Amino acid sequence: MALVVAFVAGLVFGLGLIVAGMTNPAKILGFLDVAGKWDPSLALVMAGAVAVGGVAFALANRRTMSALGSPLQLPAGRTIDVRLVGGSLLFGIGWGLAGFCPGPAIVALGAGYVKSGVFVVAMLLGMGAFELIERNRTRNESGAPDATSA
Amino acid sequence: MTIDWSAFTPWSAIVGGVVIGLAVALFVLVNGRVAGISGIVGGMLHPRAGDVAWRLAFIAGLFLAPKVYATVAPQPSATIDASYPVLIVAGFLVGVGTRYAGGCTSGHGVCGLSRLSPRSLVATLSFMAAGFVTVYVVRHVIGT
Repeated sequence: MALVVAFVAGLVFGLGLIVAGMTNPAKILGFLDVAGKWDPSLALVMAGAVAVGGVAFALANRRTMSALGSPLQLPAGRTIDVRLVGGSLLFGIGWGLAGFCPGPAIVALGAGYVKSGVFVVAMLLGMGAFELIERNRTRNESGAPDATSA
Repeated sequence: MTIDWSAFTPWSAIVGGVVIGLAVALFVLVNGRVAGISGIVGGMLHPRAGDVAWRLAFIAGLFLAPKVYATVAPQPSATIDASYPVLIVAGFLVGVGTRYAGGCTSGHGVCGLSRLSPRSLVATLSFMAAGFVTVYVVRHVIGT
């Protein structure tokens, strides 16, 4: 059952991205180009998503179990550090260069765009590089905390 | 700053955003998980028993969304101007960056802000700022 829900959640998420126009890098770059002719659409996508998501997380915060009876796995990390800010800055540079972030790139790949496939492969390599670096680091300084993920 | 009224699509943006919010709501309330796509994808690179199938199912949903959408309406086209070398550099930066940051536009931007997480607010402001500066440099400093 959890697998069906995960599939449906991914599907609905992807449909939302398509409806919102967020799978088109030109539209993302139009939002990021504040000094040019600015397309504010992305801000409204975020507002719509956060309005609904805000209600959902407010409900989730009052529970300890999901509807399927598994424990809620919400990110517990609270530290604001160089990893968080530095990582976000690197991500933002890549986002600004291509106009893709992870979700829309996967959806655009599903739509058959070869270029988004190239982006996704490079993204997986970047994620793999993170794994290798972190694996070496935790081996060298044993007991270092795991990366928290949001 | 001038608004590009010919490109601005307020209604489809809000409706699409609400649909994304519904997917996030479904995932957290029924499965108890945060719909953070970089985390879902990246987690497959250190696979643990029982932790892979749900990730693949979510990604399969994303991947098949265009096919499902196309059964109802014509698929919107995407304009990908970046060259292959730029896409490779950009993809690599997005991969490394989102893993160090512990989230991307979905995990920090949508879910994190929905949870009122200060960490996610800092992350979102950081990647937005980097995106603004990058596009400014590419279009208005280097480009003509």
